[in-house]
Amino acid sequence: MNNACLSLAAASLLLHAPLAARTIDVAAGPGAQERLQGALIDAQPGDVVRLGPGRFELTDGLSLDVARVTVRGAGPGTGAGASVLSLKGQRAAGEGLLVTSDDVVLRDFAVEDARGDAIKSKGADRIVYHNLRVTWTGGPKESNGAYGIYPVSSEDVLIDRVTVSGASDAGIYVGQSKRIIVRNSTASQNVAGIEIENSFEADVYANTVKHNTGGVLVFDLPDLPQLGGHAVRIFDNTIVDNDTPNFAPKGNIVASVPMGVGVMVMANRNVHVFRNRLANNATTNVMVVAYKRPFTDKNYNPLPRDVVVRDNVHGRAGWAPGFAGGKELAAAMGGTLTPVFWDGAGGRAATNVQVRDKVGVVSLGLAQPLTPMTEAKPTPVKLSGGKPIVEPKRVVLPASMEAAIK
Amino acid sequence: MIRAIAAAACLALVSASAPQTVALELIMGDTLPPKLSDYRFFAGETLSARVAPYALNTALFSDYSEKDRFVFVPAGQTARHTADGVLDFPVGSALIKTFRYGARKIETRVLLHRPAGWVALPYVWNEDGSEAVLKRAGARVDVAVQGKTISYAVPNVNQCKECHADNARLVPIGPKARNLDDGARLANWVKLGLLDKAPSGDRVPLFTDASAPVAARARGYLDVNCAHCHSRVGSASNSGLYLGWTETSQVALGIDKPPVAAGRGSGGRAVAIDPGRPDASILLYRMASTEPGVAMPEVGRSLVHAEGVALVRQWIASMPANPMPARPQS
Repeated sequence: MNNACLSLAAASLLLHAPLAARTIDVAAGPGAQERLQGALIDAQPGDVVRLGPGRFELTDGLSLDVARVTVRGAGPGTGAGASVLSLKGQRAAGEGLLVTSDDVVLRDFAVEDARGDAIKSKGADRIVYHNLRVTWTGGPKESNGAYGIYPVSSEDVLIDRVTVSGASDAGIYVGQSKRIIVRNSTASQNVAGIEIENSFEADVYANTVKHNTGGVLVFDLPDLPQLGGHAVRIFDNTIVDNDTPNFAPKGNIVASVPMGVGVMVMANRNVHVFRNRLANNATTNVMVVAYKRPFTDKNYNPLPRDVVVRDNVHGRAGWAPGFAGGKELAAAMGGTLTPVFWDGAGGRAATNVQVRDKVGVVSLGLAQPLTPMTEAKPTPVKLSGGKPIVEPKRVVLPASMEAAIK
Repeated sequence: MIRAIAAAACLALVSASAPQTVALELIMGDTLPPKLSDYRFFAGETLSARVAPYALNTALFSDYSEKDRFVFVPAGQTARHTADGVLDFPVGSALIKTFRYGARKIETRVLLHRPAGWVALPYVWNEDGSEAVLKRAGARVDVAVQGKTISYAVPNVNQCKECHADNARLVPIGPKARNLDDGARLANWVKLGLLDKAPSGDRVPLFTDASAPVAARARGYLDVNCAHCHSRVGSASNSGLYLGWTETSQVALGIDKPPVAAGRGSGGRAVAIDPGRPDASILLYRMASTEPGVAMPEVGRSLVHAEGVALVRQWIASMPANPMPARPQS
């Protein structure tokens, strides 16, 4: 064997040799961009990329495309012991960190000031987001990035103990995915706290969602590869004080969310909102509405269907409804809109919206999804009955995902 | 000594009669060759055997860099012509693209068709242009262009994949028959033994060819600059915005389509394309921005392609307008 052959063999060994998982340490400091991106490229399945404490001042978005890699920091806090990826100096890329491989675990670090989305994972099955902090340090601003935590087009998503603030769209946004858990997390000062969009089988529970424009949104939109969002359960959350004026850039769907909404269900099927604490939401605690834009997609249903609202604890709500004609509506109702309302579009039989909370409920009596809110004919309604709705079973994710955060 | 001279003479004789051959074993292997010269695609300015230069009708904009493209197909084989999509290159093929400003070479990207699939690797040139070395994590290089200094971004290997993704498989983007076909180029490939046949077919016009219809030029431009991500199998599949040459859905093309996850990329506009109203169209707004988080494409440019923006503006303006402009959500 000559030398050239030898070095070729050595190089090929390097590519395939590591059968045992390695830990690749990356320290903060000069050259962090190239060193960290290099580690994310060199990582082999099973490896841990370990971020040291300190600030990683990045100049570009990062990306990870290797399966079964854990990116683990020293902590998500604000002190010197935490690992912080700062994107303040980001010169390109649509996100701070993009993950496109399966079985990735992201934990124990923070992402600050991404120019676009902070952490996005696309087509990344069985992804785990755990103990992360994502923020825009200037507070709520239209110039902040859109999404904080943004898994999309993925199966099996676990978001646990993350904190997100300042996103100009949704703090935690899960789109076009299947089997999702969002829990033990805090979303504040975002336009939307948590948004589940065009997704199937989601459990959103034990989260604190406060000081956003809208707390928890469950949306379905037309003309997307995955349509027909359904089987979503929103329970045991604290959804209070959502009082941040909407700062979403116009044109985005969340720009239409009025300030002071607790939970908003738009289109979607089989959605259950229960045992939440809902208070101090100026528009309303729970609103159930149709999609209010023209569309041509023949496979799309703009109505909310089979929605159950039960056993929630309601505090003050509805004293300043933030949509067009809301003020007049509240005045007509004696000063406040009810803590739960339905827009009435599509009628009872087609929607089967059921509200069993012991609070007042109003139908706005809109004839069609496109009927403007200003034409509302509010009527108190009893929605406690209706065709029985089978609640989706608890979302169970692969054991490996829960094990990753033990 | 005499033997050495004889060997040198023999070598000279060989190189005079037969060009250098490409290191096929490196293309086919599974190593990451550290230097571009390792592949032996070129001997100085001379091309090795079965390496041929080519151009495209309409090219991806990359900060006004000039590009030299080369294709290599192993001896005894040819690429297969396909009517739609990229030519079907046999395993062992390589696509080589050098980005330069005048005489200054910045980077060379190679796409290697290995037995397990395509691999993309970026090589960055040294100051004197004598060698390019592998930079898998990408690089930034200051470059003077159009009177200003820009931070030219060499993509990292993941960014290569972001654009070259077809359902998470890495594939070439550029060499589609319709974008190669200028009436002579494909026939020439056949003559060189690189391609099996060159039937006439659909052709993407040069985006600068004023004699071609505006719509065809604009659609060709969007196909080449956007559709690698904005397709049903690309990185932006979740956006529902699909800008490929063969797309027929008006909504998928962005006409009257509200954004999904644009964030501040919407620029306060309601739809991707508001027909007849370029200034109300998100698509044009994002093409005309250099702001990370707004600018499209997300990678590969830090300058606005004024000519591309002008063409797409002209196309949108030429569409019959809706009676009312689209109103943003608020």
